[in-house]
Amino acid sequence: MVVYLVRRLAYGVLTVFGVMLLLFVLFFGVTNPDDIARKAVGERAMPEVYVQWKKNHGYDRPMFLNTEHGVFDGRRYSDTLLFEHFRRLLSFDFGRSDNGDEPIARRLREGAGPSLSLTLPLFVLGLVLGIGIALLAAFFRETYIDRAVLLVCVVTMSVAGLLFIIGGQFLVGLLLKWFPVSGFDPNATVIARFLALPVLIGLVMGFGPDVRLYRTVFLEEMNRDYVRTARAKGAGDARVMLAHVLRNALIPILTNVVMAIPFLFTGALLLESFFGIPGLGSLTVDALNGNDFAMLRTMVYLGALAFIAGQILTDVSYALADPRVRLS
Amino acid sequence: MSAPLLEIDRLAVSFRAERGRVHVVDRVQLALAAGETLALVGESGCGKSITALAIMRLVPRPGLIEAESRICFAGRDLLSLPVAEMRNVRGGKIGMIFQEPMTSLNPVTRVGAQVEEAIRLHAKVPAGEARRRTVELFQTVGIPDSGIRVDAYPHQLSGGLKQRVMIAMAMAMQPRLLICDEPTTALDATIRAQILELIRNMATTTGAAVLLITHDFGVVNAVADRVAVMYAGQIVEEGAREELLSRPRHPYTQGLLRSIPRPEARGNRLEEIKGVVPRPGQWPQACRFHPRCPHAFDRCRSETPARTVVSPTQAAWCHLVDEEARA
Amino acid sequence: MHWLSNITVVLLVLGSVWVARSAARSRFWRESAIELWRRRRLAILVVGVFVLIALLDAISWIGGGEGVAAYQPRTIVDRIFQPDTFREASYSAPLAKVAFYGGQPLDHPGAHLLGTDILGRDVVYRALKGVRVALLIGVFTSLIVIPLALLFGVTAGYFGRRLDDGVFFVMTLLASVPSLLLLIALITVLGKGTLQVCFALGVTSWVGFCRLARGETLKLREADYVSAARALGVSDFRIMMRHILPNLAHLVIITFALTFTGLVLTETILSYLGIGIDGSWGQMIDQARNELSRTPVIWWNITAAAVLLFVLVLAVNTIADAMRDIADPRTRRETQ
Repeated sequence: MVVYLVRRLAYGVLTVFGVMLLLFVLFFGVTNPDDIARKAVGERAMPEVYVQWKKNHGYDRPMFLNTEHGVFDGRRYSDTLLFEHFRRLLSFDFGRSDNGDEPIARRLREGAGPSLSLTLPLFVLGLVLGIGIALLAAFFRETYIDRAVLLVCVVTMSVAGLLFIIGGQFLVGLLLKWFPVSGFDPNATVIARFLALPVLIGLVMGFGPDVRLYRTVFLEEMNRDYVRTARAKGAGDARVMLAHVLRNALIPILTNVVMAIPFLFTGALLLESFFGIPGLGSLTVDALNGNDFAMLRTMVYLGALAFIAGQILTDVSYALADPRVRLS
Repeated sequence: MSAPLLEIDRLAVSFRAERGRVHVVDRVQLALAAGETLALVGESGCGKSITALAIMRLVPRPGLIEAESRICFAGRDLLSLPVAEMRNVRGGKIGMIFQEPMTSLNPVTRVGAQVEEAIRLHAKVPAGEARRRTVELFQTVGIPDSGIRVDAYPHQLSGGLKQRVMIAMAMAMQPRLLICDEPTTALDATIRAQILELIRNMATTTGAAVLLITHDFGVVNAVADRVAVMYAGQIVEEGAREELLSRPRHPYTQGLLRSIPRPEARGNRLEEIKGVVPRPGQWPQACRFHPRCPHAFDRCRSETPARTVVSPTQAAWCHLVDEEARA
Repeated sequence: MHWLSNITVVLLVLGSVWVARSAARSRFWRESAIELWRRRRLAILVVGVFVLIALLDAISWIGGGEGVAAYQPRTIVDRIFQPDTFREASYSAPLAKVAFYGGQPLDHPGAHLLGTDILGRDVVYRALKGVRVALLIGVFTSLIVIPLALLFGVTAGYFGRRLDDGVFFVMTLLASVPSLLLLIALITVLGKGTLQVCFALGVTSWVGFCRLARGETLKLREADYVSAARALGVSDFRIMMRHILPNLAHLVIITFALTFTGLVLTETILSYLGIGIDGSWGQMIDQARNELSRTPVIWWNITAAAVLLFVLVLAVNTIADAMRDIADPRTRRETQ
């Protein structure tokens, strides 16, 4: 078990380094500092402005190895884009954004709160609702309840997420006037009013795939022999479903759930940007529209980091939840 | 003879299929006295497991027990019991053991807790008491180090030990009937005898009747008082063990017995029953065995055979036996 | 340029016919196809109509028409709708006789079935043009992805060891970047455009295919008939071609269908982010999102794109579900 954990962790670290390298290739190889600088200062800017901008943002270093500063000064060797890229990502010192010149760290701190206030309720409600409805559908399998749930799943999965947002805003916000159409206010008393609509729409968007997956898992478990044993010793429907089926099904469901945790920070990109919630998703969209490569790089890195951490967490919790794995 | 403990009459179970319903058990008639061990024998697919599950009302969906079926247990009609009372019967009055001990235990729960659950579902006892009784039960079914083994997970036990746990679970409430569905099929040959011995001992000490489902005449010979032979969803012959094994009357039973290797017949070719077991939904008309029967005559193809009593303890559903009895 | 796309389309059609003909020789595929047709007649017909529209909109040539149109390659759909002349000044409601704002009489009163958009373009025409874009996203991306994924997945699964470690690491790497972020990053560094978007979509969906191919190959490699073939000295290449690839085919088709709908839906998000493909339904929806807050509401733009998108995705989704049921008897029992 310990050996497994160490190995898993080591592989995680290796993957993080892989992601860093991938980012370097993408942002310094496929596109390069010259392009970035030209986009930032504009095509017609004076050459001095262009050079100055590159200097300010640290884009003026050589690519791999710095040989300009003399062979004997060891530190200078590493004064390159590659080393700087790795150093920054590893030390979480993300520097300044390419436009606006703000420290990226501050914007991340400011964005984390609003993001979480949207995605946390979305995550918890989605999980409870998803499991509940899937359990119901699985229990009443092949009845009209099950069929209705499946139909709703297929239909909602076939609608573009963008449409849900636009349609939801139109119906609930504009026509019924239940909630404000967009905006954000961190004040505790009114925050719910701003969040209700995006959370509602987010729930509908996530409904289909989750419920279908959970239902399949439940049905698979319900066909197992131990369920028959439980019934044969006199356990009732509720006990069979909750104490036996749910407990076993939670293991595969866990995988799906923990994998979703990184999306607490990035997943609601569309919702945030559309409803004007100043979270990390909005930051990403703004960076995209403003050609802010430093910001994008940081977001992709953090997203991947969260995802890798989530995967490790999944594997560990998987091992802990299943005695067959835990005790081997 | 007093009223039997279990009396099954006209039991029919059908499954929904592409075209209409397909019967897998058809008008089965069986009786089991208190304390008696009845072996239900037949090839796979003849409906014996479904018959057992029907007694527990655990026929898997989309199977359906037909309305005219009657299953009387200790004077009560199980099929018309309210669901809550049926739950009391399951595990409380009737215990059941399954074929696959590997998969029949919940993999993520400790085996002791699974037996405790069986106790606490039927008796209002505190947790400590349930656990004490579980450890005791484990000792009774011959699990070594029972105090430690109660905290094991199923994957940590061997197949034989798992089956012992299943027996402990089924016998936890000292049921009056124990249904064993192929209890030794999935086990190693060396452990089979031990498990059968255990089942017989448990039944004798608690006075429980046993309905043993098997396709193995070795098992039948070891434990059964009486035997019922099933073919294509119906009982074709029943009788006391010795009588039926030594003087089988139905051609199917005769064929089954002839296809067992015997020491005195060494060197001879094993006989087999010609043809294959028909699948549910493709059962022949009239006597279902007639296409494979070496003695079939006109009547077998046109008329469903009725129960023919051949001795006070033996009966067969066969026209040939019927004609012989009349002659 | 238009000749290149014409040749591609012709090759695609010929390729599909060839694949269909060789598949029809196998009993398994014939029976599966018949069963699928029996269960999902409507959905298949719907997809057929969409494909037909896309084909009509794919072959283009220069000639005919007047003015500027005479020098541009135009497709059959273009020639039917004549978008250069069949247009208005700005918005007009479906079948309206006068403009939506101002009330001037239209050039083509009552002729625009679903009205016109802000630039006066016919909405039916634009929505139908979206069909080709949607199929392009799905088919083009899959054409890049599936062969590569099969190549890497099957060889990694079959040969194992170093090769497998390498492929597995690349898969883990690509899977560990949340796909939307990876898409955004890729398109930002590559630049906007149909090819770039398809490439980016290909990178993100490659992992799923490759993982599937690798996993199934691992299973099949242990199958008795593969061991037997190896024991008989059949070459690795031949085993992969004859025994492994054919057994992956149905999974690839099902995953293709599900990936296709995923790609089309993802494109709408990209359109909202401003990095979508020109002329897609996603762009129509995105451009129309503010029209809903006007009074009176301008609904026809968004509705046309949304309905076509929904119908196509729903049809493909239900076909994919049915295919999965047919291929896997275990789930079939569940649904019957």
